[in-house]
Amino acid sequence: MSLLSFFNRRTSAPVARERLQILLAHERGIVGGKPDLVAQLREEILAVVRRHVMVEQDNVQVKMNRDSDISTLEIEIEIPAPAGATA
Amino acid sequence: MAKVLVVTSGKGGVGKTTSSAALGAALAHGGEKVVVIDFDVGLRNLDLVMGAERRVVFDLINVVQGDAKLNQALIRDKRMENLSLLPASQTRDKDALTEEGVARVLNELREKFDWIICDSPAGIERGATMAMRHADVAVVVTNPEVSSVRDSDRIIGLLDSKTELAEKGGRIEKHLLLTRYDPARAERGEMLKVEDVLEILSIPLIGIIPESEEVLRASNVGSPVTLNNPASAPGRAYFDAVRRLKGETVELTIPTDKKGLFGKLFGRRAA
Repeated sequence: MSLLSFFNRRTSAPVARERLQILLAHERGIVGGKPDLVAQLREEILAVVRRHVMVEQDNVQVKMNRDSDISTLEIEIEIPAPAGATA
Repeated sequence: MAKVLVVTSGKGGVGKTTSSAALGAALAHGGEKVVVIDFDVGLRNLDLVMGAERRVVFDLINVVQGDAKLNQALIRDKRMENLSLLPASQTRDKDALTEEGVARVLNELREKFDWIICDSPAGIERGATMAMRHADVAVVVTNPEVSSVRDSDRIIGLLDSKTELAEKGGRIEKHLLLTRYDPARAERGEMLKVEDVLEILSIPLIGIIPESEEVLRASNVGSPVTLNNPASAPGRAYFDAVRRLKGETVELTIPTDKKGLFGKLFGRRAA
């Protein structure tokens, strides 16, 4: 290991923590006996929004965080710019 | 009233058997009548860790199937008379553990003991589900390492859905026991911190067992670490965990093995 990479080395524990948080948020939906809750929510939210605005499948982000006190559901929908605005 | 406690983790090698033996001996030290049951059918090891491997005659399966009386299978610890062991079978299949049979044995044990500690096998198959099935309390043993945390999360899900208590609409009391923790490495960002694991798993912490040579030293000689060296860092950490398990509020510290200059210079003593 060069001296430079030694000093640039990022600590690995935060990476572990982040990977686990992402993975477990996904797995908890599946293992709870129900089908993937997050995926299901994503589909249904998308269907409702599409009645009014056309959004792409990839532009809907649904995240769920479980905690001992509160759980949060984070939904982010990217709405396309009105037609002509970008032209 | 007797309490049935399951020591579980999902992942293997994180310290379930070590912890079962250490918690059992620490509880017994406080005067409680304790039995530790090995649920690892086919791969028993609790007898070896507790130094009773040459005294096994009958086992859990024999009792479950009615081939032996409970008293014939129970092995009383030679060092502490209020500590007993119910070994697992080495030859039988884990399918021999029937739910009714296990329930019957546990009910019989409830009459005789204050604490019934079920040492779960790794995995999420029959042995593990049987070990947790009738528990009142669970100790989830976790190492500060990604695969162990993931498996613990999975086990917590099972504790909340597949135990008898959960099925009746109750909630099983769950505690996290973080083992093989190295505070120095965590501080340097090389290991998940206590807070990280707690935040991810969201269950209360019952103790932090520091990485220590004393654990191997104790299993080498077949003695729970709380009995072999109660003053060692892991010994003290397990005693603190037991006090919390009994409902006491104990300040959370991570004990360390203090080495004198002599110890630093010459390292280990022979065990």
